[in-house]
Amino acid sequence: MKSCLVVDDSKVIRMVARRILETLDFEIFEATDGQEAIDACIQEMPDAILLDWNMPIMDGIDFLRLLRVTEGGDAPVVVFCTTENDMSHIVEAMKAGANEYIMKPFDKEIIQAKFTQVGLL
Amino acid sequence: MKPEDFDLLAGILKDRSGLSISQDKVYLLESRLTPVARKNNLEDLDQLIKEVRLKKTEALLHDITEAMTTNESFFFRDATPFEIFEKTIMPKMLEQRASKKSLRIWSAACSTGQEAYSLAMILREMAPKLAGWRIEIVGTDISKEVLEKSKAGIYSQFEVQRGLPINYLMKYFTQVSELWQIDAAIRAMVTYKEFNLLKDLKSLGTFDIIFCRNVLIYFDQPTKTQVLDAMSGILAKDGCLFMGAAETVLGISDVFKPVSGHRGVYEMGVTSAAAKSFGKVAAG
Repeated sequence: MKSCLVVDDSKVIRMVARRILETLDFEIFEATDGQEAIDACIQEMPDAILLDWNMPIMDGIDFLRLLRVTEGGDAPVVVFCTTENDMSHIVEAMKAGANEYIMKPFDKEIIQAKFTQVGLL
Repeated sequence: MKPEDFDLLAGILKDRSGLSISQDKVYLLESRLTPVARKNNLEDLDQLIKEVRLKKTEALLHDITEAMTTNESFFFRDATPFEIFEKTIMPKMLEQRASKKSLRIWSAACSTGQEAYSLAMILREMAPKLAGWRIEIVGTDISKEVLEKSKAGIYSQFEVQRGLPINYLMKYFTQVSELWQIDAAIRAMVTYKEFNLLKDLKSLGTFDIIFCRNVLIYFDQPTKTQVLDAMSGILAKDGCLFMGAAETVLGISDVFKPVSGHRGVYEMGVTSAAAKSFGKVAAG
């Protein structure tokens, strides 16, 4: 079973994402901001990370940049999942090392399609 | 819905588009035709049916057919056919057409254009290999409305996320407020035409590759056979046909045979297709 770390400061989003990803056979871990997420990754790198952009303490893009220079941090497949839906944010995320990008709102079909594209499914 | 009302609508759809609708799809008639009723200033579906009985106006019958034949489409739908197209069929075609350097591809019942544009993007990615080639992608559909959308190439945020890799969005789309428009260079690779699959396919010319996925499932058996036979008449001898993964030609047509190892891909069978379909093209 593959693991996915869901990073989002919204409890509702984490719950929705968890429900969808569990039906796709992922073991889910949660983090509420970038700092919690990096701590979790240092303990154990997940196979996938579903990552929000705007969060308190450490946001998604800072987390991603930090992750990619952390030992073993090049391995997880990172899928951004954010309300930021303009081209400049998408370009910035991909440059920082994201593998895919989901613009909220999302549903199971979008998650499934994107996770398939990056080889997680 | 009363059985005679169902029969009336089913008959119209069958005659005009080949669409074969079964009793268990009554909900589809209700959900799709209620907006047509409203658009025509009629209160509900019953009023619409009454209007159809009274006067079979062309505009009304057109709206009904259009509403029932419009189907959802995604970019790179089902992924596999596009991989086969890129990695198997195109390399083969590049060899087979090396001297002619031209290729025609048909996206039959193209709906809102995602399939045709997916093919166009793949070809654009292969551009260095295709220098000097003349490649035409033709998208046809029975519905004017979807063709307008195809030509504009404007899609919602939701539509660009179902199947389209983010790299392609970045490369080939421009954001227009909340919507995304595919670039003019990609749009220019596709020609769209209003066309009914029951009509004489010969007016479209001949093709090297035909995509007709999840279209024939809406037709009854004789109509399926008719369309497949007609397609074989306009497909190059060494060309191929893509159908939906859940579709089959088995027992429907012997002019096509499956390409082994590539689900949903068909080539001309042993029965000489050209000979068979000669003079036997669908009359419409």
